[in-house]
Amino acid sequence: MQVELLEIRQHMAQFPPFEQLSDDLLDELASQVEVGYFQAETDIYHHGDAVEYLHYIRSGAIDLYRRNGDLYNRLSEGDIFGQFDLLRDQRVRFPARAIEDTLIYFIPLAAFQHLCEADDNFADFVEVERPRLESTVDQQRKGHEMLVTRVRKLATRAPVMVESGATVQEAAQRMGEHSASSVLVLAAPQTPDDSHAFTHEDGQLRRMIGILTDHDLRNRVLAKGRPTSTTVGELIDERPITIQSDESVYEAMLRMLRNNIHHLPVLYRRRPVGVLHLSDIVRHETNSSLYLVDNIFRQPNAEGLATMSRDVRAAFVRMVNEDDNSQMVGSSLSSIGRAFTRRLLELAEEELGPPPVPYCFMALGSMARNEQSIVTDQDNALVLDDSFDPEQHDAYFLTLAQRVSDGLAACGYSYCKGDVMATNARWRQPLHVWQQYFRDWIDDPSAERLLHSSIFFDLDSVYGDEAFAESLQDLVAERASQRPRFLAAMARNALNRTPPLGFFRTFVMEKDGEQNNTINLKRRGTAPLVDLIRVHALACGSRAQNSFDRLEDINKTRLLAGHSGERIRYALEFIAMVRIRHQVIDIQEEREPDNNIEPENVSDNERHNLKDAFQVLSNAQKFLKFRYPMPSQKR
Amino acid sequence: MARHQQARDTALESYFDVGVPTPETPIGDVPMLAMDMETTGLDEQRHAIVSIGVVPFDLRRIRLAERRYWVVRPPRPLNERSITFHHITHSEIEQAPDLDDVLDELLAAMAGRIVVVHYRHIERTFLNAAVRARRGEGIHFPVIDTMSLEARLHRQPLWARFRRWMGRPPASIRLPDSRTRYGLPPYQAHHALIDAMATAELLQAQIAHRYSPETPLSEIWS
Repeated sequence: MQVELLEIRQHMAQFPPFEQLSDDLLDELASQVEVGYFQAETDIYHHGDAVEYLHYIRSGAIDLYRRNGDLYNRLSEGDIFGQFDLLRDQRVRFPARAIEDTLIYFIPLAAFQHLCEADDNFADFVEVERPRLESTVDQQRKGHEMLVTRVRKLATRAPVMVESGATVQEAAQRMGEHSASSVLVLAAPQTPDDSHAFTHEDGQLRRMIGILTDHDLRNRVLAKGRPTSTTVGELIDERPITIQSDESVYEAMLRMLRNNIHHLPVLYRRRPVGVLHLSDIVRHETNSSLYLVDNIFRQPNAEGLATMSRDVRAAFVRMVNEDDNSQMVGSSLSSIGRAFTRRLLELAEEELGPPPVPYCFMALGSMARNEQSIVTDQDNALVLDDSFDPEQHDAYFLTLAQRVSDGLAACGYSYCKGDVMATNARWRQPLHVWQQYFRDWIDDPSAERLLHSSIFFDLDSVYGDEAFAESLQDLVAERASQRPRFLAAMARNALNRTPPLGFFRTFVMEKDGEQNNTINLKRRGTAPLVDLIRVHALACGSRAQNSFDRLEDINKTRLLAGHSGERIRYALEFIAMVRIRHQVIDIQEEREPDNNIEPENVSDNERHNLKDAFQVLSNAQKFLKFRYPMPSQKR
Repeated sequence: MARHQQARDTALESYFDVGVPTPETPIGDVPMLAMDMETTGLDEQRHAIVSIGVVPFDLRRIRLAERRYWVVRPPRPLNERSITFHHITHSEIEQAPDLDDVLDELLAAMAGRIVVVHYRHIERTFLNAAVRARRGEGIHFPVIDTMSLEARLHRQPLWARFRRWMGRPPASIRLPDSRTRYGLPPYQAHHALIDAMATAELLQAQIAHRYSPETPLSEIWS
């Protein structure tokens, strides 16, 4: 190993795209860089200059300019520039100027080309223009993050090391001083040319012969009554299982699981550079929603579930930061909500015993549509088998419903203000009663019944006998499309909530000329869109629950003219994303997220698009009124 | 050219043959070689060179690909076991060649370049003594000393006295402290090649801030 290059390679190894390079490629690269210093306010290169290097900012900061003098980009430590020019015609397109005292590593063209050929990730990173670049990289990261993240990224603390002759007490003291749960154990090499030997900081040749963990101190020292003067060498198993710093986190995880260990010494060649603990991987992965769902099913009780609501928010922030669209965010949050519900039901059944008759636990509203947001309450209901006898069975199902409802509330899904929950006896009924409810609501709509229709007709099974929920979905799909009066009433209802008339830099203009300085994007945007999509979906007999799926079904018919279906999709996606992004800002600034945004916090670009989206909603509402007229009473 | 006439050793002869840039040469046109040594002590009569790192550069680029680094075995055995060298093991030193074996390569790297060091009294005196012992004649060469360039600014008698009068300690002109003043990143020191690289960066920064590429060499060398 070339110690003299460590400074360079270790710095570059922290930043993309170099962080994903193998150690060999990094070594090769470090040995070829050239270095140059630029005082603040001096030019690095001019428009039209020949470009022979990829530029890496080791320290300082630089600005890139357009030809007209506008700022194109500002870059700092760890950023690269010049890659597009290298790939194009090797002439400078955007001149660069140091804005701080700056040290640049110049990577020669040949080395750059070699990297592009040898490493696909590197080539992808440098070949794509900025905006596309970021999303592509994020896509890759989502797909197989554990496969491409290297161990050295997680094992960042230098390892604590002791000689094998040290006593366990000394080792424990070192661990205490460094708040470490393990120490690596060193000894002299067995032979002068020991292939496991490395040069320690003190210049001596050493080999790492094992690892001592706090677990060992408990089980091998205290439990066995060994004296504190026992040497570390007597305790440890030689030839520890290790991992190289450029292997993947996934490989590290497999190695830990396979060998049933929690600590994995990380080596760069033969030199120990850190210790990876299972919790490091867990912490890294905790924010992924897949992991979250898995973890929900491992919780032993409702209290455990309640502790996870913070993780849900972290997962939400991460999804949005990785550029997921509103559909992906909505369906992930719905999956998480369903997982909580299912686990609570499993736990309740474990305690209450098996259900006396089959049942289906239904989600309603946004969870059923797979459009859940981070600000949400619970809407649910129980469909019971027709053999249900209230006298005998209802006590069981009431308790079950209460467990779930209370548990969800503790996890951050507040109780439904309209009491649309399975704890309400009216919404805890056998299938035939539900079928009668639905037929009555469709055949003879009243104001209250229409409200129920808009809540209950977005329904999906979460747990239990799915067939019950499906039969209700079928009933709605077949019956509603045949009832013009019902559709007309639903359409009227869908016009109750309207978008604002205007949307300005600091206020929202209402139809009555009133000016508000805040707007609820759910009430004024996503909800009316979801409502009008539901009416069209009912009219065309769609069985889909998700608004985007419903739009696809609608677009197969001639219900909507031209491109208006596409426009509605765009408007829904855009308003939903603005709402989601503002909720992320709330969370990051440690405010309680809500559905409100203040126009002054909206960028010019966002405001422009929001205006368009509100216009789409307004036009779609006008069309709805026209498309589903109330049938004449005389006829 | 009297030196040239006298030189018997072929490596020395070719080194002197190439010559060095004239004092009027603008510093921007001067090819340079940053050099750092680790020694067993400060007295060239009693102590010896253990490692040498060099990296060629000019005001625009430091060429790491052309770096050279040698560990050499001191002629006197290392009796003090307590002396430790960062990154160098005692066994590595025991197996290393004598300076004589790498001297030709070192002289070739130096040929035509101005040597740049941080604190000239180590590299110049040790190299002179070592060459004299092995090749029968010494080697004198001009150097640019980044430490003395810093001292010109921070250790001018008047300025230093003013600081003392103000009760302020004198500004440190050690390599890491000098680098910090120019916004250069900290490096883990005590490796001859890293220090040579750090010195080259420091000179680029000093020239950028306080001189210009047109400044004649004579104003800068010592």
